[in-house]
Amino acid sequence: MFEILKKEMLTPSVCRMVVSAPLVARAAKPGQFLIVRPDEKGERIPLTISDFDSEKGTVTIVTQSIGVSSAKINDKAERDCFADVVGPLGLESEFVSFSQERYAAEHYVFLAGGVGTAPVYPQAKWLKEHGAKVDVIIGARSENLLIYTEEMARVCDNLYICTDDGSKGFHGLVTAKLKELVSEGVKFTMVVAIGPMVMMKFASLTAKELGLPITVSLNMLMVDGTGMCGACRVSVGGKIRFACVEGPEFDGYLVDFDEAIRRQKQYAVEEKEAMEKHVCKIGRGR
Amino acid sequence: MMKPRIQAAEQDPKVRSHNFEEVCLGYKPEEAMEEASRCLHCKNPHCVGACPVGIDIPGFIAAVKDGRFDEAASVIARDSSLPAICGRVCPQETQCEGSCVLGIKGESVAIGKLERFVADYCEQKQCETKAKGKKVAIVGSGPAGLACGGDLAKMGYDVTIFEALHKAGGVLRYGIPEFRLPKDSVLERELGKIRSLGVKIETDVVIGRTLTIDQLFENEGFSAVFIGTGAGLPRFMGIPGENLNGVCSANEFLTRNNLMQAFREDYDTPVRTGGRCIVVGGGNVAMDAARTALRLGAETSIVYRRTEAELPARKEEVHHASQEGIEFRMLTNPVEILGDDKGNVTAVKCIRMELGEPDQSGRRSPVPVPGSEFEIPADTVIMALGTSPNPLITSTTDGLEANRKGCIVASEDGATSRPGVFAGGDAVSGAATVILAMGAGRRAAQAIDNYLKTI
Repeated sequence: MFEILKKEMLTPSVCRMVVSAPLVARAAKPGQFLIVRPDEKGERIPLTISDFDSEKGTVTIVTQSIGVSSAKINDKAERDCFADVVGPLGLESEFVSFSQERYAAEHYVFLAGGVGTAPVYPQAKWLKEHGAKVDVIIGARSENLLIYTEEMARVCDNLYICTDDGSKGFHGLVTAKLKELVSEGVKFTMVVAIGPMVMMKFASLTAKELGLPITVSLNMLMVDGTGMCGACRVSVGGKIRFACVEGPEFDGYLVDFDEAIRRQKQYAVEEKEAMEKHVCKIGRGR
Repeated sequence: MMKPRIQAAEQDPKVRSHNFEEVCLGYKPEEAMEEASRCLHCKNPHCVGACPVGIDIPGFIAAVKDGRFDEAASVIARDSSLPAICGRVCPQETQCEGSCVLGIKGESVAIGKLERFVADYCEQKQCETKAKGKKVAIVGSGPAGLACGGDLAKMGYDVTIFEALHKAGGVLRYGIPEFRLPKDSVLERELGKIRSLGVKIETDVVIGRTLTIDQLFENEGFSAVFIGTGAGLPRFMGIPGENLNGVCSANEFLTRNNLMQAFREDYDTPVRTGGRCIVVGGGNVAMDAARTALRLGAETSIVYRRTEAELPARKEEVHHASQEGIEFRMLTNPVEILGDDKGNVTAVKCIRMELGEPDQSGRRSPVPVPGSEFEIPADTVIMALGTSPNPLITSTTDGLEANRKGCIVASEDGATSRPGVFAGGDAVSGAATVILAMGAGRRAAQAIDNYLKTI
């Protein structure tokens, strides 16, 4: 069984869990994701891997409670079990196979937004451990919604915090901070953006403007996560690609973000209805 | 005078189009005995030759005729590990029943319905085995893997089946709907029989990701591997509008309903049919998707580019679908899917087709009629255009040869380009039938036994 060994709330709606899943932990690499099914009647929910420990046999997931299924995950307590945890799925980040010389020559900058900050952590950690230079720009609406700031500070060279309301760090968007750093003369070799789809869209436009290559990690809807259903299909450079097996990371210049944003909302109506029912059930229980 | 075939009872089409209960109710014992008495016991039974696993059909039918049902089950068990499933989903009209002498002038013996009766009526026959002390890994718990694993376990091997999804059965679980193959009463029961042979089924393990084929040999102590991963990759048409909201593959639609039980109120899985659903394609999967959409309340049409005569689906499925009220629009091919400003499907733009010269498959190929485009209003579109093998394993296993279509290259008995690695079913042949996959699994089990005796 997939036992929840540790649970903590990072913000009122974002939860971090350390879960026992030895086979997944042994095989996981930065950039990959896994699928959790909270219980017998639950959906299969794709989540990025926020950390993994092959010796302890654990994986770390960070979930924001937005729908019935993510709420079901976050409602679980320590010592509870998930019905299923399967993975790692998707391709590992391109840099995992870099040579020693290549790492030494790289200066990565990560743009991290919202819960997307969590999967940036294992990537930054991996790059730093392999000798690359790593900067991270974390963005959130407000100070109380920032996550992973202390953890991230330990695995990067420079950490920049941005808030939309100016309650902490740079007052503005992560893209504005990136532009500022580049204009100050920082020579990045690669941009990686992980966060809400709209943030990745503008990160890609900004990177293009600055002439920097960019990788984005797409959190599409999925059912099986092994290439079987095609729910996660996305247009990349005019071709249909399956994010579950050919991604989740793609060249940000080539992704049709408007289509991807629309496809993410495929079940918005059904999800809203389900959420109302779920809240109503909770109400009855109390 | 030839006796007419005994018809098995079916749920009324008006009732069943609103539920997911099994359509065909099967024979009662006396009906089965009566139907079995129609068999002529030909000296040279063509039916056996037409069965991909060569079941002794006259043999089991003779036992049914006399009411010796347990004996009939033993006869079938010699050649098939999943009779309750094959009796339901095999294309009998092109195999055993299609070769039955009675079918020349009248109706063939209802071999499929008799097989199903025997399987439902009797418990699995167990045979004594001696443990051989060698481990075999099976990748995929669909028909090929279950047949291969079942046979190897009977021979005394320590068999583990790895399944990527959270429930076993492969296409029997995610693809074939409840009303054609009940999951608890039939699939679970057949899986239970396989497990009772000592086969272990590990779900949630994606071979190629969680563990590689090489790790199965090097770290997990397996001496041979059988790959029965099927053909699960959906095809799309490549026409404009295919990524609109409301367009999905039949695989996605069926997986949501069958594996994820979206049709049940108490499950979280969402599924979308809207008021009007169009299914593109003419195979069994198209029929399954259309009949599922209908049961979820959508007015449903099947759009197919050839005529009814070329529909690749089993006759019984086409018949059941039209009885239930599915509209068939033949000689029609989508050219574009139209949507509103929010990106939701509103209609399918189609073109009329006519049949031209026969193609390589011998079927007359459809040719578009210029200027005949028209629109069919729709809220959802389900693409049931066939599937290809998943590249997950071939792309992560060195030295495992695949052809241009992504199918694993294997000999008749399943041997691949890697010693100790065998493969069979749709992963090798491309999308085909349950029974052909079972046949391939059984031949591979024999080949694995021969191979393991040499190392």
